[in-house]
Amino acid sequence: MLSKYEQTGKKATRQGFGDALLELGQANDKVVGLCADLTGSLKMNAFQDEFPNRFFQAGISEANMMGVASGLATAGFIPYTGTFANFSTGRVYDQIRQSIAYSHKNVKICASHAGLTLGEDGATHQILEDMGLMQMLPGMTVINPCDYNQTKWATKAIAEIDGPVYLRFGRPGWPVFMPEDVPFEIGKAHLMKEGTDVSIFATGHLVWIAMQAVNALEEEGISCELINLHTIKPLDEEAVLASASKTGCVVTAEEHQRLGGLGSSIAETLAMHHPTPMNFVAVDDSFGESGKPMDLLEKYGLGQKNVEQAVKDILRRK
Amino acid sequence: MADIQRLKDIASQVRRDIIRQVHAAQSGHPGGSLGCTELFTALYFEVMDRKPGFHMDGRDEDVFFLSNGHISPVWYSVLARSGYFPVSELSTFRKINSRLQGHPATHEGLPGIRVASGSLGQGLSVGLGMALGKKLNGDDHLVYCLCGDGEMQEGQIWEAAMFGAHHKVDNLIALIDRNGQQIDGPTKEVISLPNLKKRWESFGWKTMETQGNDMEQLLQALAEAKNQTGNGQPIMIIMHTEMGYGVDFMEGTHKWHGVAPNDEQTEKALAQLPETLGDYPLKSNDAE
Repeated sequence: MLSKYEQTGKKATRQGFGDALLELGQANDKVVGLCADLTGSLKMNAFQDEFPNRFFQAGISEANMMGVASGLATAGFIPYTGTFANFSTGRVYDQIRQSIAYSHKNVKICASHAGLTLGEDGATHQILEDMGLMQMLPGMTVINPCDYNQTKWATKAIAEIDGPVYLRFGRPGWPVFMPEDVPFEIGKAHLMKEGTDVSIFATGHLVWIAMQAVNALEEEGISCELINLHTIKPLDEEAVLASASKTGCVVTAEEHQRLGGLGSSIAETLAMHHPTPMNFVAVDDSFGESGKPMDLLEKYGLGQKNVEQAVKDILRRK
Repeated sequence: MADIQRLKDIASQVRRDIIRQVHAAQSGHPGGSLGCTELFTALYFEVMDRKPGFHMDGRDEDVFFLSNGHISPVWYSVLARSGYFPVSELSTFRKINSRLQGHPATHEGLPGIRVASGSLGQGLSVGLGMALGKKLNGDDHLVYCLCGDGEMQEGQIWEAAMFGAHHKVDNLIALIDRNGQQIDGPTKEVISLPNLKKRWESFGWKTMETQGNDMEQLLQALAEAKNQTGNGQPIMIIMHTEMGYGVDFMEGTHKWHGVAPNDEQTEKALAQLPETLGDYPLKSNDAE
């Protein structure tokens, strides 16, 4: 059933952002780019080279960059800010809160190197709280695409909605498996595989991990429903409730702290409307450390085996 | 030539509006508001080229950003008196269900406000972004931005200083309300701000100084600043004012930074400020 999602290669999600931003710049002259001294890391060079007048180097001054983006949005432009996820959120939370979110500015906060898969740079840069921080802000849309193709789609799609967006992606080369012709809609869950025993809701890099787990579990005779929630906020509550009602138990998978992430949001929805046994594959109140991305995912409980174990545990509590 | 007497008359009414708003709410920031009354009056009634109505994008008109949002009473008064919303709405300042929030906000849709401010140090960056937007749009109008002097203690201000000079944002005129006061006391006792002019000059800004409570001198400085735009440098005017100016017992002290006058003090203050344009009616449950 997952055969539709064959791996076609390996590319970083940030590359999807950079490639899409260039295409977007060609299609929409209101799109402007800002970057805080990480143009190469964010893959914004192509946009910078083609549209030097619509690209603003902010230097290592993220707070000012958010303010400048707010001003450009006020003048009618669609600013895309680029820096690491840590510097896109925690470092500039108050600037985003006052000058962008509360002021309802059409700024797209694009954040690379999110989560543990940043790897060797270690915990100072591996933010695992960013989706929680951003989704607490009223009116903020939060999107965490799962591969290169979905990041490309999301980068373009957010230009079409009026309002602030947090778009989160990552550093490492990662399997590309979303067919380019799969239609996505912001705020709509993407059903990847139907199943009857358990609902697995996954986002970002963990979608690929969850796919491997689903293949292994199916071989053991466990029927898994796999749903990709690229949009963390607004959450597709209808899809969550429909699947949870059908299978009767839920596992969530994300490269984020358990507190404040996708799992927390789904738990709230279920608690209010359809209490359902639930397990979380997420970082458990911990900072990360230096290491290889896949080693880190395993050490911090986000590996394929952790997803399989979470499913087996929840099936016993169903 | 500007009609100085007319502007002074407006300023007197604006000061009455400030005192009456803060008194009715029994909260707000009269000191800095009174000190900047000449500037707001000059900008909105003389200097800025404004279009009728309110347009968020500020296209083809001069726009103003207030970074030190706590002096909202003076801005609200001037916005109302220059036609952005009914003067009677000033009676709702800081009250529930009002568009006149304690600190300026766009959230309730108050015409004239383009970004929320209050958490300090952010407005100059926003002004720079708007100024860059004007350049991209081929719009040769100007962006004005006011900051407090205490705000110079925020790091983001100096990020903005570097950015503005590097990107040659020469269609922005920023001002510092140099009243030498902040909540905890004189700036020289809290965190001193020596050589402010030299600092801005060394960051690459065309920097000027003026007296901010003398309407004629202020207009002259604003005209000179306008003449200096388009020369590859952003402009900073260090505007020397007195906190609380216009009400004798509020002048020159930080004590009226964020304190509302009582009934007796309000009466005493209003007695010093001629009612030139007509007071707005207070809501019936408010004591004058």
